[in-house]
Amino acid sequence: MQRIGVFICHCGTNIAGTVDVKAVAEALSHEQGVVFSTDYQYMCSESGQQLMREAIREHKLTGIVVGSCSPRMHEATFRKAAAAEGLNSYMVEIANLREHVSWIHKDMKEATEKAIILGRAAIAKVHLNAPLQAGESPVTKRALVIGGGIAGIQTALDIAEAGFEVDIVEKSPTIGGKMAQLDKTFPTLDCAACILTPKMVDAAQNEKITIYAYSEIEAVKGYVGNFKAQIRRKARYVDETKCTGCGLCTEKCPQKKVPNEFNMGMDTRRAIYIPFAQAVPKVATIDATYCTMLKTGKCGVCSKICGTGAIDYTQKDEIIEREYGAIVAATGFNPIDAKVYGEYGYGTCPDVVTSLELERLMNAAGPTNGTLLRPSDKAHPHKIVFVQCVGSRCTETDERGKPYCSKICCMYTAKHAMLIREKYPDTEVYVFYIDVRTPGKNFDEFYRRAVEQYGVHYIKGMVGKVTQNGTQLRVQASDLLAGEQLHIDADLVVLATAIEPDKTARSIGTMLTASMDTNDFFTEAHPKLRPVESPTAGIFLSGVCQGPKDIPETVSQASACAAKVIGVLAKDKLTCNPCVASSDEMLCNGCSSCEKVCPYGAITYSDKEFRGPNRTTLIRRVASVNPAVCQGCGACTVACPSGAMDLKGFTNKQIMAEVDAICK
Amino acid sequence: MQAMMEKRALELLENGTVDRVLGWSAGEFPYDMTPAVFETAEELKNNFVYNDFCGANLSKYLVKESRKGGKILVFLKPCDTYSFNQLIAEHRVLRENVYVIGIECYGKADVDKLKAMGIEGITGIRTENGEYTVMTVYGDKTVKAYEAMADRCLSCKSKKHVVYDELIGEEGEVIEDCDRFDMVKKLEAMTPDERFAFWRNELSRCIRCNACRNVCPACTCEQCVFDNPNSGISQKAAVTSFEENMFHIIRAFHVAGRCTDCGECSRVCPQNIPLHLLNRKFIKDMNEFYGDYQAGEDPEKKPPLGTYTLGDREA
Repeated sequence: MQRIGVFICHCGTNIAGTVDVKAVAEALSHEQGVVFSTDYQYMCSESGQQLMREAIREHKLTGIVVGSCSPRMHEATFRKAAAAEGLNSYMVEIANLREHVSWIHKDMKEATEKAIILGRAAIAKVHLNAPLQAGESPVTKRALVIGGGIAGIQTALDIAEAGFEVDIVEKSPTIGGKMAQLDKTFPTLDCAACILTPKMVDAAQNEKITIYAYSEIEAVKGYVGNFKAQIRRKARYVDETKCTGCGLCTEKCPQKKVPNEFNMGMDTRRAIYIPFAQAVPKVATIDATYCTMLKTGKCGVCSKICGTGAIDYTQKDEIIEREYGAIVAATGFNPIDAKVYGEYGYGTCPDVVTSLELERLMNAAGPTNGTLLRPSDKAHPHKIVFVQCVGSRCTETDERGKPYCSKICCMYTAKHAMLIREKYPDTEVYVFYIDVRTPGKNFDEFYRRAVEQYGVHYIKGMVGKVTQNGTQLRVQASDLLAGEQLHIDADLVVLATAIEPDKTARSIGTMLTASMDTNDFFTEAHPKLRPVESPTAGIFLSGVCQGPKDIPETVSQASACAAKVIGVLAKDKLTCNPCVASSDEMLCNGCSSCEKVCPYGAITYSDKEFRGPNRTTLIRRVASVNPAVCQGCGACTVACPSGAMDLKGFTNKQIMAEVDAICK
Repeated sequence: MQAMMEKRALELLENGTVDRVLGWSAGEFPYDMTPAVFETAEELKNNFVYNDFCGANLSKYLVKESRKGGKILVFLKPCDTYSFNQLIAEHRVLRENVYVIGIECYGKADVDKLKAMGIEGITGIRTENGEYTVMTVYGDKTVKAYEAMADRCLSCKSKKHVVYDELIGEEGEVIEDCDRFDMVKKLEAMTPDERFAFWRNELSRCIRCNACRNVCPACTCEQCVFDNPNSGISQKAAVTSFEENMFHIIRAFHVAGRCTDCGECSRVCPQNIPLHLLNRKFIKDMNEFYGDYQAGEDPEKKPPLGTYTLGDREA
């Protein structure tokens, strides 16, 4: 029989404001096995913990129930306090009286009743708790960064700076990401390439950093400190070690009609290409979908022209396996497809472009060599309309767009407007906006300069429709402040499209078992207090994959993420979670149900000899769980038809006891 | 048919391909054909029977039989092959120790239906041209087969053998337009109260004899949760009549996604509870939620309820 102590926390008025804590403590004191029950203002405080420790000593407690906030907040605190008195940490149970009761109920009577019920459930569970011992596991002192944009590069540089090895896996042929495509950056207007490329070169030169460009993550197994990742090195058909990046092949390749993705498809490149001049690694890549040699076997121009013999048409995808202690998701973003907003004419009117396309139209390395010319007739536009919030801040009924604010559009639109007015003062610029959001250092000053100094026409209101009208675009809009409908005949319309997580994020998130929100952004372990960690141990978040952010914010988050990774890699051993599954071999059917649902690959099968009746032996196929790989999710315990699989700390019996206590 | 099967079984037994034969022999009555293992040619000649009273699905017996050493011959009707495949998928039957002969099937007779027609003193059955000729101590009686056929056979889902080493008789097809979900649809159309009343009434007859569990090819656990005192739901004297209800609900959940809809549960129920309807409801729901899936059709195919994929959403 357990000797259970019950501690009901007021949490200031957080709990006590809605729950009669004294009544809860009193009611629970009559439960079977409870030898001590009290309430206290702040159980998590030093004196609250002291109170618990004294009670453990005085009343020889064997089990603890704390009625407090979520176990995600203070379970560790109370476990440590119990352990300090020699009680096994896993004899502590939390009844969540804050998130599950006081914060979601208004009526004190009802809330108190529910608090008592949850307390009873926790007591029922403690009765069946058993002491658990946590093991230790070693740490592989290398980090994996998935994504080689500015976020991934910064995180990798900082980890390498601390002396640990880092691998960057980037799916495109070069690192650099979206920032490499940008022209100038707000609010200082320095050129993106000028500040990004030194970091790319740093990463390439750093001996602690290995860049796997044109590579994708195939599979990830393992757990914090001991991940194993399979990396698919996609065939470039060019030997990276031989290619000098001279670019001769990219000039001679006869297949000239490949849409150039780096310039948002606004010009063409060859079938063999280097995305841009400062690409890292500066190695040519053959695009297999367009290469005549790979498609028909007839061509071979690049191979003939190559001075180092780097071209290899027989190259195959290669899968390498690497071990890591920590993994960083830095998978970045993409603008949404503006075609879903048919009313703005994108895709049907050539002079309706997205902001990222405009970046390329204004960039010296872009399709127009930096002169702003509109796509249809390569003429200089004299009247430009910017439309903000295209696909951002949408109501729930708008399935085409995103509910969130993309955060960067107000600032880059102000930047575009300002740069155009600066370079082409004869151009009239209109910006249609819902609100202008400029929180950030020197951001509002920047926006005001666009309005006050550069005379950009900011109009509060949304554009309803854009139609082709001869060589011009007819923009129908409303001016909400003047309360009138507007018609503007524009030469160019720029859509500030919402940004969304890269399409690969979802599958990577699943591989990493890192949780994601409904918009496919990675979820942080705590939105305020653990913003760069995933709830899955050993997985960290860097950049826009966690939520929309601009470059300064991305870089600071990337460095914060690196600090957290270094925290893991600096340890020699990590404590394991003892709440893992285990299989009762006597009950196991060997049916593989558990193995098929295990997200971690923690379950294996083997044939074992068992004693049968009448001195016979039976060979039976039985499951066993690798406790180091198991994360204790419990999927196997529900899949197991015979109940052979059970989860330590959350056994079927414990859970049924809780349910019984609640339904009593 | 019986002669052909017996001849082939004798050949395989004599040439050493198999060591034992799993088939049917007469039980207590000439119409309750019972699964039986034959180890010698003599036993086979004397006791082997196959006719349209042989409804029993033999695949479950292979869980034990395929582990006894040597090779065993088994006769499987089309619907039984699905159960067999499912057991292979779950590693419950050792395929290499089994020699499967697929046998054609045009639906098995329901002896209760024959009795309800007033036919008594049954001693055997012959099937020809869609008619059952029932031998009785009072002489032969002939009835239209569909009038005395088991309900599960009237809504047969497949005459195709999904696995076999050899076939006797003709290979059939999967029956795409079978009406096996008709009754489920009727139940779905009821109000929750009506449906609850329907099941309370049906399940009130349960005597907890466990026949449904014991015959079910999906129920092959080393130790059933209902027999395990540690499970918290082990069999005990019924405290309330609701306990039987829970037994069937738990069982339906345990076989969900693995049940091939062979209908053995309803066949053996001495109280004629339409237990298969619970499983069919699950099958129908799964088809609707996750796309058509037939357990046992292909042992390599991933079951919708029992597979983790990278595309699985967390919420």
